[in-house]
Amino acid sequence: MNQACNFSPGSRIIGKWNGKAYIIIRLLGQGATGNVYLADSGGREVAVKLSENSMAITSEVNVLKHFSKVQGTSLGPSLLDVDDWKSGSQKMISFYVMEYIQGKTLLDFINERGIEWTDVLVLQLLSNLEKLHQQGWIFGDLKPDNLIISGPPPKIRCIDVGGTTQQGRAIKEFTEFFDRGYWGLGSRRAEPTYDLFSVAMIIINAAYPKRFSRKSDGEGEKQLLAVIQQHPFLLKHREVLRKAILGNYNSASEMKNDFIDLLSEKTKQPATNQQTYKTKVPKQTQANRTQHKQQRASTSRNQVKKKKKQKKTSGFVETLIILISVFLIYSLYVYHILL
Amino acid sequence: MEKGHLKQILLITDGYSNQGEDPIAMAALAQEQGITVNVIGIMEENVIDQESMREIEGIAMSGGGVHQIVYAHQLSQTVQHVTRKAMTQTLQGVVNKELQQILGRSTSLEELPPEKRGEVMEVVDELGETVSMEILILVDTSASMKPKLPTVKESLLDLSISLNSRMGKNLFSVSVFPGKKNEVEKVLDWTPKLESLSSIFPKLSTGGITPTGPAIREAIQHFKKKRSLKNLLRSEEEYYDEPGM
Repeated sequence: MNQACNFSPGSRIIGKWNGKAYIIIRLLGQGATGNVYLADSGGREVAVKLSENSMAITSEVNVLKHFSKVQGTSLGPSLLDVDDWKSGSQKMISFYVMEYIQGKTLLDFINERGIEWTDVLVLQLLSNLEKLHQQGWIFGDLKPDNLIISGPPPKIRCIDVGGTTQQGRAIKEFTEFFDRGYWGLGSRRAEPTYDLFSVAMIIINAAYPKRFSRKSDGEGEKQLLAVIQQHPFLLKHREVLRKAILGNYNSASEMKNDFIDLLSEKTKQPATNQQTYKTKVPKQTQANRTQHKQQRASTSRNQVKKKKKQKKTSGFVETLIILISVFLIYSLYVYHILL
Repeated sequence: MEKGHLKQILLITDGYSNQGEDPIAMAALAQEQGITVNVIGIMEENVIDQESMREIEGIAMSGGGVHQIVYAHQLSQTVQHVTRKAMTQTLQGVVNKELQQILGRSTSLEELPPEKRGEVMEVVDELGETVSMEILILVDTSASMKPKLPTVKESLLDLSISLNSRMGKNLFSVSVFPGKKNEVEKVLDWTPKLESLSSIFPKLSTGGITPTGPAIREAIQHFKKKRSLKNLLRSEEEYYDEPGM
């Protein structure tokens, strides 16, 4: 499709309007609208997106420009140059140059460093979304493939902002798994709840790296809630996920606060968790019993730990009640004697 | 084009037409009347039918629209994408013409510096969000399409989610070919919501012939009928004259 945009390493591109030169180093990625290359610009590594479709490039540049106006967020890459290039008889090629963001994609990072990183990174993402939403923009095509963890220190960045849409308009670009329209749980109108649904799906994707598809029409809610119930990590986040999926959060900061509360609550209230683990057991079917056995082995270990903990705390409470009541009776007795 | 009004035919087919007029000629006829014809060709994996491909390309080209070949399972995103792309393309054409009137004949969008181009694109985006759309969907129901119809239904419902998330108004109409009695059968008249499709689709029967040309011809007529329906609603007397509408 984009044959004219295939460049071999060492190719030189010179802008028609601004006159800057770029030397292609290697291909970074291929998209529907064009190819992204790593390039050298006077000793600095940059990412260059080239396409024959100048209007598509223009659209993306518009979004990147709006992104740069949002103060205090570093979610998207910064835009460095926009230009056209024409060599000989070839068709004109439009391109834009952006900062080269280096790092692992979200899922690779979590896979390597542990699922507990999900919490930290999601909180970072929510802070960034809050700022973006306040400026009247919705991210749209939010998915782990587009999220890069740069650093150190690990910092979540987004390399593709092509789906960003003004609030109130229709989302133009989306990916089925992260799209609430696909799951029958809302429209594709750009509003904060749209992005927050995607965030919930990113957390689910972290637990189920292979993703899964919709089973039948109109059952999206049931299916997603069942999936959350089946995974211990998701179960811990059940309340936040459920609210985000059903569009009950008015803002990213609201979701963030709930998320933080949940993280601090988790250590305090093992009792509620235990209950829900139990409900999981009768649900399993013949087919995936072996898989569940493994899971159960690990959860039962957790349960033992939690029971011990619970025993300790309940023992403490008992002693306290006895002490207090003895003290009360004694004080009544003293009161009685004195009078 | 009427101001603030886009007309599109979306043809979903899996093969070569074998009855009636040349569909490429019919698509050209539609384009002459301000209707864009887009084609989505559904192919089996590993089968590339050159003749069908050429026809699909030809229809979209003479219909001023967009075409794409897909496997059945990719249909949802494609339907959405093709419709949007065609819309943007048409709007760009309109904006381009206006620009040429203002700046002189030789100026096209590509010749503007990137800065100005960005401003024009914002206008195109704005129009795409607010313009009214009339989309007539033509579904090939020849025998080979039978296993693909559930996917077609889903992708059309998905299209209505996308388009109804815009600020602008939408009207959809669905026809199938071949129909039960005629070459073409209208199964859903102009409506802003496509949800009622769910009940219609399972009842569709599939036939042997593929009268793509006549289907496009009828579709053009259907756009005109809509206009006359509007006129009828304006004057009550006429409305009573033709209760068949």
